[in-house]
Amino acid sequence: MIDKITASLEQAVADIHDGATVMIGGFGNAGMPAALIDALIAQGARELTIVNNNAGNGDTGLAALLKAKRVKKIICSFPRQTDSHVFDALYRAGEIELELTPQGNLAERIRAAGAGIGGFFSPTGYGTMLADGKETRLIDGRHYVLESPIHADFALIKALRGDRWGNLVYRKTARNFGPIMAMAAKCAIAQVSEVVELGQLDPEVIVTPGIFVQRVVLQHAQEGK
Amino acid sequence: MNPSIARFSRDQIAARVAQDIPEGAYVNLGIGLPTKVANYLPADKEVFLHSENGLLGMGPAPAPGEEDEDLINAGKQPVTLLTGGAYFHHGDSFAMMRGGHLDICVLGAFQVSATGDLANWHTGAADAIPAVGGAMDLAIGAKQVFVMMEHQTKSGESKIVSHCDYPLTGIGCVNRIYTDLAVLDVTEHGLQVREIVDGLSFEELQKMTGATLLPPL
Repeated sequence: MIDKITASLEQAVADIHDGATVMIGGFGNAGMPAALIDALIAQGARELTIVNNNAGNGDTGLAALLKAKRVKKIICSFPRQTDSHVFDALYRAGEIELELTPQGNLAERIRAAGAGIGGFFSPTGYGTMLADGKETRLIDGRHYVLESPIHADFALIKALRGDRWGNLVYRKTARNFGPIMAMAAKCAIAQVSEVVELGQLDPEVIVTPGIFVQRVVLQHAQEGK
Repeated sequence: MNPSIARFSRDQIAARVAQDIPEGAYVNLGIGLPTKVANYLPADKEVFLHSENGLLGMGPAPAPGEEDEDLINAGKQPVTLLTGGAYFHHGDSFAMMRGGHLDICVLGAFQVSATGDLANWHTGAADAIPAVGGAMDLAIGAKQVFVMMEHQTKSGESKIVSHCDYPLTGIGCVNRIYTDLAVLDVTEHGLQVREIVDGLSFEELQKMTGATLLPPL
């Protein structure tokens, strides 16, 4: 019997190694897998490359991972916010590397990795400093920039419900990067609010089919429970 | 400043932009000033508001106490979903934009050039932490890009310029500019003035503008 349900958050992140590239879902706090991030902080992996839309808000979640000095590099579109003081301080101190990419290119680079695309030409960013040094091409009268896929070792995402085959549904705008990050990572780990029996998720509404998901864990699952 | 100039307030600019959004349009309102446009869309017109974090059919802010942290807009503020609205992931959301499916995008700007170049994401200051978000995707993604902004900076410099000196967001992407003084179209012949606020002549507008203007037709 295939059962991707993992007994604890600790177990779900146990094999994330130093130097891993880890995608973390969420747009601000919506969809951020806070329980998995806390488990990753406790696990202790260092020198991580993190892929997220932002670079942490306040002092919890991704910001706490940054604050714990576990992140070598972040690939994101919008690091600077009113409450991104943890990232701001690390960046100004030269303690974190930033790869800034337009949000749609970020999404498509993640999707491309999951879809087996070796690169793609995007019109976004052409002629701007974010396209400096990149190959360009004129196609049917429009200028494009060559963008590369972003692969990851792990993806940490948040979904509403999951079953033992890894099928997922999400909640409202918390869906954001979850489905594409699940595709792009060798090992996608979903924290869910509820684990349901196989067959309880309507096949017509499953957003992420289980083929893209390796582990499902209840967001309040703790060792020994 | 000539006190007889009927300079538009930010709300009046928003109301003016809203007049040009037809029923049935798929529209993205950028963060900041453009979000005000939603307040002036007539209730009897169905307009589909897109928010790039993954929803179509965005409704107004919820009543106090009704906020849902999983239902936010691109500015990360709580919003609502209209009946018939939909959620989708980021890949699809930016396909809607980049794929040319959005009819209108309304953006704020630091500068717009005479040829429709847009600068709205970065001041270029050496100590600024850069953050682009969806700005570059929005700039090139919609069928029509409207900019709404004050005509001049607080220190009186024109935000409409021959060439942008702020870092660019997109090249030749702006179609129409709404300011507190005028409405202008970016055309192949140059910046075509469509409307000027009461009390201001074309010549006076030209003096306040850092690029050559074509007089109203």
